[in-house]
Amino acid sequence: MLIELQSIEKIYEIGTVKVPALKGINVTVDKNEYVAIMGPSGSGKSTLMNIVGCLDTPSNGTYMLNDNNVSDMSDDELAEIRNREIGFVFQTFNLLPRASALHNVELPLIYNGTPATKRRKQAEEALDRVGLGDRMHHKPNELSGGQRQRVAIARALVNDPSIILADEPTGNLDSRTGEEIMEIFEDLHDGGNTIILVTHEEYIAEHSDRIIRLRDGLVERDEAVHER
Amino acid sequence: MRILIYISESFKIAFEALRAYKMRSVLTTLGIVIGVTTVITIVALIQGLNKSFANQLSAIGTTTLYIQKFPWIMNDKQFFAFRNRPNLKVEDAERLKSMSKLAVAVAPTLFTGKTTKYKERNLEGTFIVGTTTDYMETSNVIPEFGRFLSESDVNHRRPLCLIGSDVAEKLFPDEDPIGKRITVGGRRFKVIGVAEKKGSMFGQNLDQVIVIPIGIFQTAFGARFRSVDIEVKVARPEELDDAEIELTGIMRRIRGLTSDEEDNFSINKQSQLMETYKSLTSTLWAVAIGVGAISLLVGGIGIMNILLVSVTERTREIGIRKALGARRFDIMMQFLIESLMICAIGVAIGIALAIGVAKFIASTTPLPASITAWVAFLGLGFVLTIGLFFGIYPARKAARLNPIEALRYE
Repeated sequence: MLIELQSIEKIYEIGTVKVPALKGINVTVDKNEYVAIMGPSGSGKSTLMNIVGCLDTPSNGTYMLNDNNVSDMSDDELAEIRNREIGFVFQTFNLLPRASALHNVELPLIYNGTPATKRRKQAEEALDRVGLGDRMHHKPNELSGGQRQRVAIARALVNDPSIILADEPTGNLDSRTGEEIMEIFEDLHDGGNTIILVTHEEYIAEHSDRIIRLRDGLVERDEAVHER
Repeated sequence: MRILIYISESFKIAFEALRAYKMRSVLTTLGIVIGVTTVITIVALIQGLNKSFANQLSAIGTTTLYIQKFPWIMNDKQFFAFRNRPNLKVEDAERLKSMSKLAVAVAPTLFTGKTTKYKERNLEGTFIVGTTTDYMETSNVIPEFGRFLSESDVNHRRPLCLIGSDVAEKLFPDEDPIGKRITVGGRRFKVIGVAEKKGSMFGQNLDQVIVIPIGIFQTAFGARFRSVDIEVKVARPEELDDAEIELTGIMRRIRGLTSDEEDNFSINKQSQLMETYKSLTSTLWAVAIGVGAISLLVGGIGIMNILLVSVTERTREIGIRKALGARRFDIMMQFLIESLMICAIGVAIGIALAIGVAKFIASTTPLPASITAWVAFLGLGFVLTIGLFFGIYPARKAARLNPIEALRYE
């Protein structure tokens, strides 16, 4: 099992009030699965994504990622896990505005200590894979929305992570560009990558093989997508 | 390896940030520039003053004691008290010389200012010294041409003189002064020697001097109300303190002082002036350090302020970096290096400006100012202390940001 979530709970304390965001999630994801997580706002979708992405730790329960127990790791240990295991793709792209596409893609490699020449080569390859080989030295504001998201995908790929975690990756794109981005994810999936997609759009979720629906901090339904 | 890669990345980030906000960087740096320029200029001035004071003092030998009626440094009250001390006499010098074991030369001296003439040339304000042969050693007045006064010249009160190099140049521009007769205060003297150039001390030209036998000085220029200064030379500087004790004892015996009476003479030496000078300049040092510390503090607060702004502005960037695997240490380094870079630039410009200011002061005013290699170390010290001290708080703040909140920051 790549991901094993056992009775994951997350409770936020706002002042003296305890607000449960996740009330016991049990989910497993295998290698090379393509999973979509859906749910209305307030369902605990973002909280779950933060925990799966190792940006946050659960209040209770166990999270095994690639045989590492990440449930109670320190900030710095989590940073290393994120660097090694997770490739993030965000709705708002989250590129560094003053850095070139190439430099943006190099970032995860800087934090794992890859030497400069190797770093550059890997980043160039990743940009080639998303079809941006000719835009490497452009800054984000010189790129279209779709191109920016491709840069973000290249950045997610460059470290060869266990999971690509995409949070509403088409949310800021028009539908045609969105489709193009979804095609890239499909290609990546076909190439052996594990993809977890967080979305509230049914037609986006249907690109995946399996949809996990959350409601009120619990898994409401967890089923395979058949119609393709 | 990883740390080297990250440090080089941090330098790039810091450089980018400085370039992206040029005006802000310039203004932030300015605080440090002003502080560093102030401190280094003041230190340069003090060093220059110390050096020039030491140069001035070099005319007073470190192996010579001066037995005089008055101490060199005294207040008004002391002056009025010491006025009643008995005058020192030429015979005192003779007795000192015969009784002291440490003295290698003892010269009684009398001074006055007179106009000197040769043919139609006049030289006003020549410094007339009446003394003995030992003066050559005690005051280090060495004849460059001719000879010094011999003991026989002094004992027989021969009207001979040794003249300073300035006197020679001004009265004898085109002739050899040796053997010529000059008129000093209405008396005629034959020139037997010209002294080596000595420069000046505290504005007094030591080369505009005429040395004559003390006996003639007393008859020609009066001796009744003058107290003789007795210059005593010892062999080595280390013997000076012992000599001072010995001479005090001898003087007390000559004066017939009982054990409950205070000394009614003063023994002066170079180190007294040096000590007084040091106590005066230590106040200057304190003021300089105070002014410098305040301006650097202000500069440092400027850096901290700008870094806090920078952390807030780049919250999202910090979030992205953390999501991609930056650890607390990595983020902290990024901001610390930015802080150190601002400081380093400020200090470098400050040092360059201070060198310019010091040169300007040295060339336009009589104040000397000297900057030597020490500024490099001082500068490095400033960079490290200010950069780290004022950078650590913003850097820690950035490092502790929660990545989820940072990513959500608009």
